[in-house]
Amino acid sequence: MVTQITSFGRSGLYDWMMQRVSAVVLSLYTVFIIGYLLLNPDLTYDQWSALFEATWMRIFSLMVLLSIGMHSWIGLWSVSTDYIKATGARFFFQSLCGFVMFVYIVWGVQVLWGL
Amino acid sequence: MLVSIYRYNPEVDDAPYMQDYQIELPEGKDLMVLDVLNLLKAQDPTISYRRSCREGVCGSDGMNMSGKNGLACITPVSEAAKKGKLVLRPLPGLPVVRDLVVDMGQFYKQYEKIRPFLINDEPAPAIERLQSPEEREKLDGLYECILCACCSTACPSFWWNPDKFVGPSGLLQAYRFLADSRDTATQERLSDLDDPFSVFRCHGIMNCVNVCPKGLNPTKAIGNIRSMLLQRAT
Repeated sequence: MVTQITSFGRSGLYDWMMQRVSAVVLSLYTVFIIGYLLLNPDLTYDQWSALFEATWMRIFSLMVLLSIGMHSWIGLWSVSTDYIKATGARFFFQSLCGFVMFVYIVWGVQVLWGL
Repeated sequence: MLVSIYRYNPEVDDAPYMQDYQIELPEGKDLMVLDVLNLLKAQDPTISYRRSCREGVCGSDGMNMSGKNGLACITPVSEAAKKGKLVLRPLPGLPVVRDLVVDMGQFYKQYEKIRPFLINDEPAPAIERLQSPEEREKLDGLYECILCACCSTACPSFWWNPDKFVGPSGLLQAYRFLADSRDTATQERLSDLDDPFSVFRCHGIMNCVNVCPKGLNPTKAIGNIRSMLLQRAT
């Protein structure tokens, strides 16, 4: 058993499952947005803004935002443990990723919910 | 035929280098790569490599032949040579002891970690622990591994984390004991594997399946371990 404290859920199985669940959410959202754009070729600002004002869309988008955070954290953590062998540099990279992820989520919530 | 061999003797050489040999192969006969090495060894006795059974059973002569890992004794030259040239290198990712001989220490350490033996805490029966034919069938495709290390040394995840990721060979063996109806340590075995590295560093690229000289499928075994972990935890 390899002990890890910087991985997302500290269990390999949990990280693996979250990676897949978030991937499903991200693909559903991608398909939805592409479909929406294709079905509405003459999209106006009001229509677009109305879509994002609907509560279900805000929930869906927030779920996607959190999924991006989780998905990218697990992925980049994996990349960093593969390629960055110096502990200091690896920890710095992981902290940077964590910080950027946090900023994106807070900022995203602000944008989506119009706070 | 031109044969290019990775040469490195740490006592003499500062750095590894490739040495070219020209060799006449007998007409109308497809030799195995090991036969070619034996012919070259007669020409230059300093070439070092491991070999034993010369029929794909012992797993000693695993090496990288023109970019693909395999056993030299059961790989025909016609298959391994590209454009009339045969390039022989040691298994990638493991420290080189000399020429084509690698230090398998890290590989065996991972094998040891999965406890490759039957654990059963129930009192031993008078004769033997019985298995039904169906239970025995579950071990097919798992027990045949000869530990040649061709798969693990073809796996990038093992190259980057040979101390943490068990590797395809070790995981195939881990599943061999997880699937064994006579083993009672299934839960402990699974707990030992549930960290972000041991099993989950496998990204399913199937290099292991591509190179296994015994035609085994470690990726499938790893998938089965994941399913067992998932079933236990949900």
